[in-house]
Amino acid sequence: MLRRLIAALALSATVFAPSAEAAPKKSFEIAWTIYVGWMPWPYAADSGIVKKWADKYGIDIKVTQINDYVESINQYTAGKFDGVTLTNMDALTIPAAGGVDTTAVIVGDFSNGNDGIVSKTAKSVADLKGESINLVELSVSHYLLARALEGAGLSEKDVKVVNTSDADMVAAFKAPDVKTVVTWNPLLAEVKAEPNVTPLFDSAKIPGEIIDVLAVNTETLKDNPDFGKALAGIWYETLALVTDPGEKGKEARAAMGKQSGTDLAGFDSQLEATKLFAKPADAVSFTESAEIVKTMDLVRTFSFDHGLLGEGAKSKDAVGIGFAGGKTLGDAGNVKLRFDPTFMKMAADGKL
Amino acid sequence: MRRAMNIRPNPGGRLLLAIIPFVLLALVYVLGSAERRAVNPNDKLLPPFSEMATTATRMATEPDKRTGEITMVADTAASLQRLALGLGLATLIGLSLGVAIGILPVADASGGPLVGVLSMIPPMAILPILFIVFGLGEVSKVVLIVIGVAPCIVRDIAMTVQAIPVEQLVKAQTLGASTWQTVLRVVLPQALPRLIEVVRLQIGPAFLFLIAAEAIAADSGLGYRIFLVRRYLAMDVILPYVAWITLLAFVMDWALAKLSRSAFPWAYAGERR
Repeated sequence: MLRRLIAALALSATVFAPSAEAAPKKSFEIAWTIYVGWMPWPYAADSGIVKKWADKYGIDIKVTQINDYVESINQYTAGKFDGVTLTNMDALTIPAAGGVDTTAVIVGDFSNGNDGIVSKTAKSVADLKGESINLVELSVSHYLLARALEGAGLSEKDVKVVNTSDADMVAAFKAPDVKTVVTWNPLLAEVKAEPNVTPLFDSAKIPGEIIDVLAVNTETLKDNPDFGKALAGIWYETLALVTDPGEKGKEARAAMGKQSGTDLAGFDSQLEATKLFAKPADAVSFTESAEIVKTMDLVRTFSFDHGLLGEGAKSKDAVGIGFAGGKTLGDAGNVKLRFDPTFMKMAADGKL
Repeated sequence: MRRAMNIRPNPGGRLLLAIIPFVLLALVYVLGSAERRAVNPNDKLLPPFSEMATTATRMATEPDKRTGEITMVADTAASLQRLALGLGLATLIGLSLGVAIGILPVADASGGPLVGVLSMIPPMAILPILFIVFGLGEVSKVVLIVIGVAPCIVRDIAMTVQAIPVEQLVKAQTLGASTWQTVLRVVLPQALPRLIEVVRLQIGPAFLFLIAAEAIAADSGLGYRIFLVRRYLAMDVILPYVAWITLLAFVMDWALAKLSRSAFPWAYAGERR
């Protein structure tokens, strides 16, 4: 009786555990959330590009929208999804710090003005001293603020940070006691549109530091590299449409704009603040550059200083980060985040 | 034949029956946690109890590097203050409005439908308006709790007062009582035990609104911490916090129950327990 009870409990416990695959996995699921640099994914799914490439490699890829960005990453980390759209910093602090070996297969773009600081009172970053600032704490906004303060000779101790949900950021900025916010597009555009506000700083001043990627589980990718090939194929075929100056491109961008709650003009203006790597060769050279190593060093230092690498992390080296050509940052025996240009390179060389 | 409704566990059996579900839940958790840890030694979703204990101890004893305050103490103080203000204000409003609506037909005619409609508005849906009217500071958090729980208290107290047999009110009047005296001597004594019961039932919703308010904009508080560390899936922080909130709510509920029984023993005379 007792043994049967334990067996039943163990069975119910496996519900919590990620399933272990024996045969190479054939069907994959990726999660996306609304952001200008990720809108090509749902468009690719709707227009049949996903199916075309998946069929070519004899696999099945499901593209699922999640409303809450952090929840999408948490679900991926818990094993519900094989891939997820996220930023370089969140990839380090959530899945990688959580022990889920993650590979950035597509380095899609970097924020080039899509994240910014806007104030009703301050006229420059230096004016922020002693002010209270509303932002999503521990997000890329927080990182942006830290970098901005650093540039102005201030530190986080000089300001008061108030954690504010991104869903309520625009409404919060309308409240009289909220003076300064740090946020991202499309919220940033709404906040900037308020009368008598000054944009103080934006990500164009730290180009290449806030990177948007599609990351997948390294294990899953190793088991079936066709997954990575299909993703690269999908991505660059869709990007060709996004950057097409003609009618076809307009149509695609209008559809993506509509899906993210804006229109063609709104989507185009967000794209302008985004450095999209339209050509796979550009993405490859960015991923192989020395800058990305420097960026990740800044990001991991920020993350460790804010306790984002978790309880067990004794130094910023705790979670290793791997780059092209076998370079690593931190603990080489515990590399959990990898920037892998392999599949983007295949796209660049036309080998898909 | 012995009916199921007449089988009563003895004190020892009662304790055992109370503990078994908790032990089973803990066991399922431990097995699930061990299973996930076997696959990924850094898994954050279901941390083992030992790890949660370490984290909780650190948060409850060591001062935070940046603020110099003990995180859990500061969070608890901030949250309890908001909760006490919100719940206290809601109770005050609930009692005064509820008694007024219950006893004064004029108040019922004008206030009854209004409160009935207001209590149906989901407060979370009108948050942006609350921000602009009350700002993003402490006031809006307290107001959210008040808006969330006061209408329920008002309606419940009004219904309790309206259920007082009319004979009692007539009797008080024949003895020369004014409206005010009737409220003090007939209505209040019967409404108060019910008030405590309603407040007990509203502790859960009050916590819900508190945590929702803290999730939206805050720099301290139990809900703030939970939503903050959720950003990097630190379940080793979240789960002890959830346990702590549950314990706080449980103690409040228990204290109110004790208070009610010692203050109004007659209200419990007919109970089976």
